[in-house]
Amino acid sequence: MLPTPLPDAEAQCAALAELIRPQLQANTLLVGIHSGGAWIARRLNERLALPGEIGLINVSFYRDDFGEKGLHPQIKPTSIPFDVEGRSLILIDDVLFTGRTTRAAINELFDYGRPASIKLAVLADRGGRELPIYAEFCTWYPKLDPAEELVLETDASGHFHWRNPEHA
Amino acid sequence: MPNPQLNAHGELAHLLSIDGLSRDILTRILDTASSFLEVSDRDVKKVPLLRGKSVFNLFFENSTRTRTTFEIAAKRLSADVINLDVARSSTAKGETLLDTIDNLVAMHADMFVVRHAASGAPYLIVDHLRRTGRSDVRVVNAGDGRHAHPTQGLLDMYTIRHYKKDFAHLTVAIVGDILHSRVARSDILALNTMGVAEVRAVGPQTLLPTALEKMGVRVCHDLHDGLRGCDVVIMLRLQNERMNGTLLPSAREYFKCYGLTPKTLALAKPDAIVMHPGPMNRGVEIASEVADGPQAVILPQVTFGIAVRMAVMSILAGN
Repeated sequence: MLPTPLPDAEAQCAALAELIRPQLQANTLLVGIHSGGAWIARRLNERLALPGEIGLINVSFYRDDFGEKGLHPQIKPTSIPFDVEGRSLILIDDVLFTGRTTRAAINELFDYGRPASIKLAVLADRGGRELPIYAEFCTWYPKLDPAEELVLETDASGHFHWRNPEHA
Repeated sequence: MPNPQLNAHGELAHLLSIDGLSRDILTRILDTASSFLEVSDRDVKKVPLLRGKSVFNLFFENSTRTRTTFEIAAKRLSADVINLDVARSSTAKGETLLDTIDNLVAMHADMFVVRHAASGAPYLIVDHLRRTGRSDVRVVNAGDGRHAHPTQGLLDMYTIRHYKKDFAHLTVAIVGDILHSRVARSDILALNTMGVAEVRAVGPQTLLPTALEKMGVRVCHDLHDGLRGCDVVIMLRLQNERMNGTLLPSAREYFKCYGLTPKTLALAKPDAIVMHPGPMNRGVEIASEVADGPQAVILPQVTFGIAVRMAVMSILAGN
């Protein structure tokens, strides 16, 4: 069961930045996974005052369920505006669940070069992993039923908030 | 009759023609292509979408360029590509088209990219696959006779959208041998589906089909009338075999009346773009100053063509 009201996603975002801050290196770059992860990565980049641009990754072309689900109709292009070779990358997503999206994102990053390291930062880790993947930085460990959904949204003023469609 | 290109859910299963495809379907292909464009700029120019799939290029009619772009597109999707020189092998030995197909299906083909001199050949293949219970094998029409060349039509729409953003207020002139051109037919259908303001067909009477107005086209026999105030000029290739027959007096005469030169292009809007499906005949349908000039987007068309073909193949494979 999720707490009501749901935690403040903006506060979690701030907390995530503070978890990451002590581990920043000179060559650290953030890569957000479309779409929730991309929003968070932008926010973290400002908060941590990182000099570089963020990378955006769309895993549609790397998903392992393409055979069953086909191509998502709205695909935003991947954009990695820097050389990943030798960089310390932090992959950002909103929710970590099975780990399949993270797996696809790591595969995709390796097609751009050989990073020194990749770490994972998420707002929420809901468990239920199907792959050996672990989020080094995480602010919330909610307990959800497998069918339950947890969605990060932005409102008109660009503020983040969680939605739990089951309880809406 | 239901559209043989669509599956039971109304999704694109084969690409045979622009005819019968909604603006939504065309837009989705163009949107998908724009995300594939970036893949060709990567270190590793590949995504694993079609890994393990076998794409057979079946070119019963020669076309090095189209075959190559399909091959590159399939390879960037990580598919295995097999090029069959059918004109010189099985067909020459007397095998029928459908026997060739059955044999390749038995070799576990996942997709056929078909170029054929006979209009409708890819439809015959799709119908045959359906009757033999193998509709899971996809078919892409890479040009059939005078009928259709849908991926060229799509890449032309992609190019126009890239430079002009919106189709709504555009006037597009298609100039040349429209009678024999499957590219012109696909472009006209696509332009009307995308909702451009006006499509003009420009050429001599002998190279324009009758009743062209029924396709929602304004016919111009005079190049100056055809180009005046337009936003996009699509030049068509004049095939060598048409030049010395009864349709045209000579290549030189054709260039004088219908060749695109800096002077005639000046009649179009100052920001008009010039397109050509290639290969070009310089000095026949287009002057070198125009082909190499700042308004020509002929090479970007080639680049966009790869991304559009990647989009088509991955959408078909995923539906």
